[in-house]
Amino acid sequence: MNPARPLIQTLLVILACVALVFTTGTGGWAPALAQAPAPGRLIVGILHIGSVADGGYNQAHAEGIRVMKKNLPNVEVIEVENIPEGADAERVMENMIRQGAKLIIPASFGYLDPALNVARRYPDVKFVHPGGFKLAPNLGTYWASTPEAFYLMGIAAGHTSKAGRAGFVVALPISFFLANVNAFHLGARSVNPRFETRVVFTGTFLDPGKEATAANALLDQGADLLAVIVDSPITVVQVAERRGAFSVGYHFVGLQKFAPKGWISGIAFTWGGLYTRFAKQVMDGTWKSEALFGSLASDFLTIAPFGPAVPPAAIRVVNATKQAFISGQRAAFQGPIRDNRGVERVTTGQVLTPADIGRMDWLAEGVIGQPR
Amino acid sequence: MSAPFLVSVILGAIASGTAVLYATLGEVIGERAGIVNLGLEGVMLMGAVVGFATTVQTGSAGFGVVAAALAGGLLNLVFAYLVISRRANQLASGLALMFCGVGLSALLGAPYVGSRIEGLNEIRLPVLSDLPVAGPMLFTHDILVFLVVPVALLVWLALFFTRWGLALRAVGENPTAAYAAGLSPMIVQYQALLLAGLLGGLAGAHLSLAVARTWAEWMTAGRGFIAVALVIFSKWHPLRAVVGALLFGGAVALQLQMQARGVPISSFLLDMLPYLLSVGVLILWGGTRRHAAPASLGRVFQGTE
Repeated sequence: MNPARPLIQTLLVILACVALVFTTGTGGWAPALAQAPAPGRLIVGILHIGSVADGGYNQAHAEGIRVMKKNLPNVEVIEVENIPEGADAERVMENMIRQGAKLIIPASFGYLDPALNVARRYPDVKFVHPGGFKLAPNLGTYWASTPEAFYLMGIAAGHTSKAGRAGFVVALPISFFLANVNAFHLGARSVNPRFETRVVFTGTFLDPGKEATAANALLDQGADLLAVIVDSPITVVQVAERRGAFSVGYHFVGLQKFAPKGWISGIAFTWGGLYTRFAKQVMDGTWKSEALFGSLASDFLTIAPFGPAVPPAAIRVVNATKQAFISGQRAAFQGPIRDNRGVERVTTGQVLTPADIGRMDWLAEGVIGQPR
Repeated sequence: MSAPFLVSVILGAIASGTAVLYATLGEVIGERAGIVNLGLEGVMLMGAVVGFATTVQTGSAGFGVVAAALAGGLLNLVFAYLVISRRANQLASGLALMFCGVGLSALLGAPYVGSRIEGLNEIRLPVLSDLPVAGPMLFTHDILVFLVVPVALLVWLALFFTRWGLALRAVGENPTAAYAAGLSPMIVQYQALLLAGLLGGLAGAHLSLAVARTWAEWMTAGRGFIAVALVIFSKWHPLRAVVGALLFGGAVALQLQMQARGVPISSFLLDMLPYLLSVGVLILWGGTRRHAAPASLGRVFQGTE
């Protein structure tokens, strides 16, 4: 063998490594420290955990950013997709800050700790985290309370379902999702006292193969309606439509095109107005860190348009109940409520607080499934 | 168990198991030729994404299936070049292939997330589909499901009843002896890996075009690795691979059905069921010399050419 070859090969490998380090480690050829933007201008950075076309969680955030850009044309956005949680997320956030971002939106639950780490190092940059539970002087959280919205979905489902049986494909048995399932079930039972909800946990936020199998299993058990809480609801909604069942969506308003016939409605997050407000507050200097918790009255929690199968009477009841929730007359979890093992969880006259909901580890009576 | 429950589980087993079975059959061919491909996950993903993208662009799932197979074959040929011609370590190359496949498929698939396709529709056979229970359960499926058992039979016949198959197995057992006998281990292994890639691509296509009819990053969720394990489980025999894949697919479907039925076991434990079943069967079946791995599996042939 040519004696020079190993040397050339070694040099090539070293060169390749150096090139790799430069392009990934320092975030490309961006300037080391950007100037502060002129007044009235802002650079916003957003990190997505998945793809912005997933018809679900990530697309909702991306839509919100799009609306914010339309409302505030002098705001620039740095948007990145498919960033893993952990050290990579920190690196990406720092890269955005080096490019002059003053507002960072780490749009995934698992970005909370990385964001807190970066927030500590850059006190003049503001962070807003969806669904987080820890605050910092420059990091605020925001989310919307979804059980009431799911209760409304339950009402629509109770009116539309012929078999009185729904299937729920859920990622994991965590408290927020259990609360959504329970609220849906209670809403359906307010229409049909014998309504049954069956829950299957796929064990992961995204696995279309398993979600399809779970959806088919639920339909095989006699459900004629499917609801879903996973990152991308497209799979389950499509399975329902192919087998002639109804579907209730989540996360993204535009899901209806996957189920023209069976679509009932869905809960969607429309973050545009909220993101516009955040950006304005950061530009004005009026932003403060808080745990924002929205409700049906907020503009970022939306009920999707109803499909053709939903009877008009149902829509009237849904709207009336929605007003009752907003005015505080009614709550999704007001007693008495038993769980599916017979234990009374909410006593007569008691109303569950958001803290109680965050600790929920049971499924209501009439829900078939294992909460733990 | 009532008849509908059993029917549902079998339907689920077939739906879940077909993709894994195609991948397992491909891996059997590759490993019988002496090459371990840990990157099967990446090959399946490339098949899934290319199949899905082609179906979106052309509107025909048939083109999608063909494109998926070709994509899988192409990626596996890259792997083949690395481990055969460049004599790289098979395990490391396989893992590198997996990461490459995951990343490349995510990149190619990004514009197609959220697209709607018709996908591979079920085919109804004239008389057989109308039979009371067996009709919908066994005779109403998409084309890839109908083809999988014949493909398994073909692989079995080819491996054990043809000269080509004999040459392939000889190379997997002792490439030096095969070389001395006048065979070319390099060519045989290239052929084996090409076939393995085609089948791996078909596996991915079934997942994205028939089961889920959507594309999501890393949607194989570890099925490629399950296939590698199932090869060992089935003792490198294509027909036993059919049983293994259906058993595994059946366990996945069973645990989801059990949840839907309200069986009082935690979903986390039920999620473990397919893997516990695999380990249990491995322990029970044990191993004899007759069903051991090809003797030169994983070794690099240092030829004189």
